[in-house]
Amino acid sequence: MTAKTLLTTVAALALTATAAMADGETIGFSQIGSESGWRAAETTLTRNQAEERGYQLQFSDAQQKQENQIAAIRSFIAQGVDAILLAPVVATGWDSVLAEAKEAEIPVVLLDRQVDSSDDMYLTAVGSNLVHEGEVAGQWLVDNVGDEECRIVELQGTTGSSPAIDRKTGFENAIKDHANLEIVRSQTGDFTRAQGKEVMESFLQAENGGQDICALYAHNDDMAVGAIQAIKEAGLKPGEDILIVSIDGVPDIFQAMAAGEANATVELTPNMAGPAFDALEAYWADGTEPEKFIQTESKLYTQADDPAGEYEARKGLGY
Amino acid sequence: MSLLRRIAPQLVALLILFALVSVVFPGFLSVSLNDGRLVGPVIDVLKRGAPVALLSIGMTLVIATRGIDLSVGTTMAICGAAAAAVIAAGWGLPAALAVALAAGAAAGLWNGVLVAIVGIQPFVATLILMTMGRGIAQLITEGCILTFSDAGLAFFGSGTLLGLPVPAWLWIVGGLGVAALMRRTALGLLIEAIGINRRASALAGVNATVLVIAVYVAAGLCAALAGIVVTADIRGADANNAGLWLELDAILAVVIGGNSLLGGRFSVIASILGAMIIQTIDTGVLLAGFPPEYNLVIKAVLVLMILVLQSPRIAAEWRLWRDSQRASRAAAERRQAS
Repeated sequence: MTAKTLLTTVAALALTATAAMADGETIGFSQIGSESGWRAAETTLTRNQAEERGYQLQFSDAQQKQENQIAAIRSFIAQGVDAILLAPVVATGWDSVLAEAKEAEIPVVLLDRQVDSSDDMYLTAVGSNLVHEGEVAGQWLVDNVGDEECRIVELQGTTGSSPAIDRKTGFENAIKDHANLEIVRSQTGDFTRAQGKEVMESFLQAENGGQDICALYAHNDDMAVGAIQAIKEAGLKPGEDILIVSIDGVPDIFQAMAAGEANATVELTPNMAGPAFDALEAYWADGTEPEKFIQTESKLYTQADDPAGEYEARKGLGY
Repeated sequence: MSLLRRIAPQLVALLILFALVSVVFPGFLSVSLNDGRLVGPVIDVLKRGAPVALLSIGMTLVIATRGIDLSVGTTMAICGAAAAAVIAAGWGLPAALAVALAAGAAAGLWNGVLVAIVGIQPFVATLILMTMGRGIAQLITEGCILTFSDAGLAFFGSGTLLGLPVPAWLWIVGGLGVAALMRRTALGLLIEAIGINRRASALAGVNATVLVIAVYVAAGLCAALAGIVVTADIRGADANNAGLWLELDAILAVVIGGNSLLGGRFSVIASILGAMIIQTIDTGVLLAGFPPEYNLVIKAVLVLMILVLQSPRIAAEWRLWRDSQRASRAAAERRQAS
C-alpha cells in the first residue's frame, strides 16, 4: 500500500516536472504586498503576462516586510527558478541575497523601485521616470492653454516623498519657459482623496471662489478625484472652468474624464512585467545584456482617448 | 455661568487664532449666502472639524474614566467601509447607517469588555483594534477605494441643512445632546467618580463595569458617525487613509479642552472647542499659502503655545505675580495715605 502510494506520488511528481518544462520557464515574483490599488493591478498584470507567455509564476506576497522578501528570494534560488522579479520594499540591504542569486546564475529584474546595490548585481530595473511624468503633464497644459494667462494650483503628494518631489520638478521644468503659466498655490494633499478635497476647498476660498484658478495639477489621480468634488460643490464645472491634469491613470479618473470632469492623466503603467519579460527573453536567447534601467512609457490620456473604454479595461485589474 | 468660566480659555484661544488667521488671510471671517447655504472659510472650519469634533465627544467620556481609546481612527475606517459596502450592495440608506453604527458600537463593546471585564490597560486594549482594524476595513473594501454615488449617503458629507453643512450639525447636536445628558442627569458625576477612583465609586454603589463599557461604546458610536462623514464626503471608503491618526487629534482636542488625561472632571463642550481650535489652525495654514513643509511645524508651535498658556503651573505663577503686584500697590497707597 505504502509502496503503491509512493509510486503514484513519484509518478505524479514526474508528470508535474515534465508539465513544468513543457510550459516554459519558471519565474519567481517577490511582490511588496498589497499597499495600494496600483500594486494590486501590477500583480494582476504580471500574472496575466506570465500566463500569456506560458511561464510558471511563483508568487510571493511579502506583506511590506523585507525579511519576507529575502526569504522568498532564497526559496526561489533553492527551487532553481529561471528568473526572479523583485519589487523591493526598501532600497537598502539587498547585497547578500542578490549575490546569492548571482552565484546561482539566476537573473534578477527589479520592478518599479530601485535598490542601492551596485548595478552588476541585477540584470536590469524596470520603472517609470517620475520627473518625466511631471513633464508630460506640464507639457499637456502648455499645449492646451496657448498664450492665455493661466494661474495653476498644485496638489502635492506626501511632503518629502520622491514622487512628490520629482513630479513637482518635472511639471515646473515643462512650464518654466512660459511666463503666462504660473503656479499660484501649492499644498500637500498626502496622495489621498479626502485631503485632496479639503485642500482644494481652501484653494477655492483663497482664489476668489475659484474664479481666479485656470488649472489644477495633482500629483496623483486620487487627489484630483477629491478636488473635482470640491470644485463641483463650489458651483464650478471641473474640466471646463478649471482644467484638471493628474498622474497615475487609475480607473476612477477615466470615469471622470468620460464625464468631462477631468482633462488629462499621465499613466504610470502597472505593466512593469511586460518589459521585464522582454528583456529576460532576449537574455535567455543569446545572453543580451539589457540597459540597466528600462524606462516605461508615460502615456498621456485625454478625453479624446476613449476614457470610457479605458475605464472598462482597467476596472477589473484590482485597482 | 460656570460653563462660560470653564470654557473661557478655549474661547479666548479660538478668538486669538481667528485674529491670527485673519492677519495672514484677510477674508477669513467673511461669510456669504450662496443658493441658501453659507459659504466661507469659517463654515469650512465647522465642516472640516466635524470628524475630530465627533471623536472628541466620545474621547472626552473615555478619558474622564481614566481610559483612552486609540482605536477610534481605525473604527472610522471600518464603519465607513461598512456603510459604503452596504450602499454598494443596494440595501439602501437606512441599512447603511444602521450597519455602520452597529459596527461602531461593536468596536466600542470589544474595547469596553477588554478594559472593564478582562482588565487590560486601556492603552493596550484599544491598541489591538487600532492595529488590526485597518485590516478589517481593507477586507470589507477588498483593498480598493469603494466608491458609490448614492445621494442620500453623500448628504451626510456634503449636504446642507438650514444653511449649515450637515457634518457641522452632527457635532453641534451630538455635542450639546451629550453635554446635556451628562449635566442634566447624574451620569456625568458617576463617570467622573469612576475616573477619580474606580474602586471607591464601585464600593459606593456605582456600576462601574457597565458605565466603563458604555463610554467605550459611546466612543465607538461617535467614531461611526465620523466615519460616515468622511466616507460620504469623498463618496468612497478609503480603508487605508480614512481616519488615519485622527485618534491623536481627538486626544489633543480633549487636552486642549483642558481635560486631564488622569480622568475625573470633564467638559464635552471644551473638548469640541479644542477640536475647532485644531481645525482653525489646519485651515489657517492651508489658506495662508505657506509651503507645505511648514504645516506641521506651525501646528506644533501653536498647539504648544496654547497648552503652555493653559498650564495650571503657569496660571498659578501668574496669579501669584498679580497678587504680589496688587499687594505692593496697596502697600504703596497705604504709605502715601499715611
